[in-house]
Amino acid sequence: MTTAVLLQAFWLVFDPYVLLVIFCSAMFGLFVGCIPGLSATMATALLVPITFFMPPVPAIAAIVTATAMAIFSGDIPGALLRIPGTPASAAYTDEAYQMTLKGQAELALGAGLVFSAIGGLFGTLVMILFSPALAEIALKFSSFEYFWLVVLGLAGAVFIGNASVLKACITLLLGLLIACIGLENPAGMPRFTFGMKELMSGVELIPMMVGMFAVSELLRYITNMDPPHLIAAEKIGNIFSGMWGLLKKYRWPLVRGSALGTVIGIQPGSGADMASWLSYAMSKKFSKEPEKFGTGHVEGIVESGAANNSSLAGAWIPAIVFGIPGDSITAIAIGVLYLKNMNPGPMIFINNPENIYAIFLVFILANIIMVPLGWLTVKIATKILRVQRNVLMPIILIFCIVGSFSINNSVWGVTLILFFGLAAFLLEENGFPVAPAILGVVLGTMMEENFITSMIKSDGDPLVFFTRPIAMWLAIGTIVILLWPVFTWAYQRASRARAL
Amino acid sequence: MKFSDIFSGLVLMALSLLILLTVKDYPDIPGQNIGPGAFPGLLAALLALCSALLILKGIRTQRHTPWLVWGDWMKSALHLRNFCITIGCLVFYITASDFLGFLICSALVLLTMFTALGVRLKWVLPLSIVVSLVVHTIFYKALRVPLPWGLLMPIQW
Repeated sequence: MTTAVLLQAFWLVFDPYVLLVIFCSAMFGLFVGCIPGLSATMATALLVPITFFMPPVPAIAAIVTATAMAIFSGDIPGALLRIPGTPASAAYTDEAYQMTLKGQAELALGAGLVFSAIGGLFGTLVMILFSPALAEIALKFSSFEYFWLVVLGLAGAVFIGNASVLKACITLLLGLLIACIGLENPAGMPRFTFGMKELMSGVELIPMMVGMFAVSELLRYITNMDPPHLIAAEKIGNIFSGMWGLLKKYRWPLVRGSALGTVIGIQPGSGADMASWLSYAMSKKFSKEPEKFGTGHVEGIVESGAANNSSLAGAWIPAIVFGIPGDSITAIAIGVLYLKNMNPGPMIFINNPENIYAIFLVFILANIIMVPLGWLTVKIATKILRVQRNVLMPIILIFCIVGSFSINNSVWGVTLILFFGLAAFLLEENGFPVAPAILGVVLGTMMEENFITSMIKSDGDPLVFFTRPIAMWLAIGTIVILLWPVFTWAYQRASRARAL
Repeated sequence: MKFSDIFSGLVLMALSLLILLTVKDYPDIPGQNIGPGAFPGLLAALLALCSALLILKGIRTQRHTPWLVWGDWMKSALHLRNFCITIGCLVFYITASDFLGFLICSALVLLTMFTALGVRLKWVLPLSIVVSLVVHTIFYKALRVPLPWGLLMPIQW
C-alpha cells in the first residue's frame, strides 16, 4: 500500500509540468527574496492567483519552493547591502555584512546557502516522521479538542514574538470578525454584509492576502525615505569553498538551529523570522567564542540560517495535520488547499495520502535544487540588486490587480486589495502586527463551527469543554499561555516589592 | 500617520459596540439556545475589553501625545504625492476598467506610476505598453482570465 502510494506520489511530482512549475517558482522565489522590500510572504501572495489555475500538487509545490528559495535568497542583500531581503534574514544581516567588509562574502553566502538547505531537509525529515503519527492521534479529536487546538494556535500567534500582545490580540480579533462576514456560518444567516451581494460568500482570502502582504508592502516602498544602499562587494568567488570545514566544526550548532527552527515552525503563529532571531541568540549564548559575534563571525549564520529554513517545514506539520497554520505563509497555503478541495486535517492522510507524500517529496526536491540555483543567483546577485525598483513596483501593482481580479473575474477583488492594503499599511504604521489577522481569518470559520457544534452537543453547558481528557490538557495549555503575561507581570511586581 | 492609543482604542471600542448592537437581533438556530450572533458577539465583547485596555494604556503612557501625528513621509511632498497616485491608480482601475478595458487601464496606470517614480522618460511609454501586453497574454490567453476589453472590444484578439 505504502509503496504504491509512494510511487503515485513520485509520478505526481516528477511530471514534467510539475517540475517546470517547481523550477519557475524557484527562480521567482530567489528573485523576490533577493530584492529588499519584497518578502517571502509577498512572493506567496503574488503566486497564489496563478496557482489558482493549477491542480493541487503543482499549486502547493509552487508555494513550497518559492518560499524556501526566498528565505535563503533574503541573505544575499543582507550580506551585500546590509538590508535583509526578507525579515527572516534580519537576525544575522549585520554579521553577514561585516563578513563582506572583511572580504568573506563568499563564506557568508555559502554558509547561508548550504546550511539553509541542510536545515530545510532536517525540518522536512521531522515533518515526514511525525505528521502521520500526529494524524493518527488527531483522528480521535472531536469538536472540543479542535476548538482548544485553534485557540491554542491563536494564543501562540498573539503571545509569541509580538512587541505588543494587546495590539496582536486586537488584530487577531479583527481577523476573526472578518471571518464572520457572509453566509458561511452554522445558521446560514447573512452577517455583516451591508446588503452587498459580493459579501454574501464572505471576504475572499486571496485578494485579502494580496492586499495585506503585497499592496501594503508597495505602499511602504512608496513612502520609504531611506537613502539607497551601496553594494559592498562587486565580485563573489566560489561560495562552496570551506563549507566542509564549517560543517565539521559547527555540526552541533547546525543540529541545534535546525531543531529549534522546526519546533518554532510547528508552534502556530511563529515562523521563520522568529526562528532566526531566537537561534541567533542561542548560538551566541552557547558559543565558545561569543565575543566574535557581531564582528563578522560565521557561527551565528550557520545556526540561524539553518533555523529559518527548517521552520518552514515545521510550520507545515500543524497545517497539514490539523489545518492550523504555523505562520502566515502556511495560512495562505491552507487557503489554497481549501480552494483545491484538499481540506487539511487528519483525513487527508486517509483520503489523499499520495498528495501528502507528494508535498513531502516537493520539500526534499526544493531544498536540494536550492543549492545549484542559489549558487547561480549569488553569481548574478549584483545584477539583480541593480534591477530598478521604480520599474518593478508598478509592475507588481498590475500583477496584484490582475491576480485579485482573476479569483472571481470581477473588479470586487481589486476593491478588496485596495481596502486591505490600506488597512494593513495603517495597522503596521501604528504597531499592530498583521500576521495574527490572517490567522484569524483562516481559522475563524473552523473555530466558530467547533464552538457552536460543541455548545449544541453539550446543551449550552460550557463545562464540557474541559471534561474530555485530551480537551482538558489542551485547555490547560491554552490557559497557561493566555495567563502567562499576567504571571510575569505579577512576578515582576512581587520581585520589585521585595527589592524595595 | 500615527494615531495615539487612546484614539485607536476609542475607534475600536465604537466598532465593537456597533457589532454587539447588530448581532443582538440575530435569531437563534431553531430548537437551539444558540445562534449566529453568539460567536461574533463573544469576539466583539473581547474586542471591547482589549480596546478598553488600550485606552487605559494610552491614558497612562501617552497622555500628552497628540491623537494624530503625521509621519515624516507625509511632510515630503514627493512621497505624499506618490502615495496618493498609487491609491488613485487603484481607484481609477476599479471605476474605469469595465468601460476602458484592461489594456488601456493597465497602460495608463503604469504610465502614471513609472512617471511618478522617476523612470527615465524615454522608457515610460514602451515599458507601459509592453508590460500590459505581456500581462494580458499571460492571464487572458494562458490562464483564460476574462480580462475586460472595454473600448478595444472591436479589435479584440
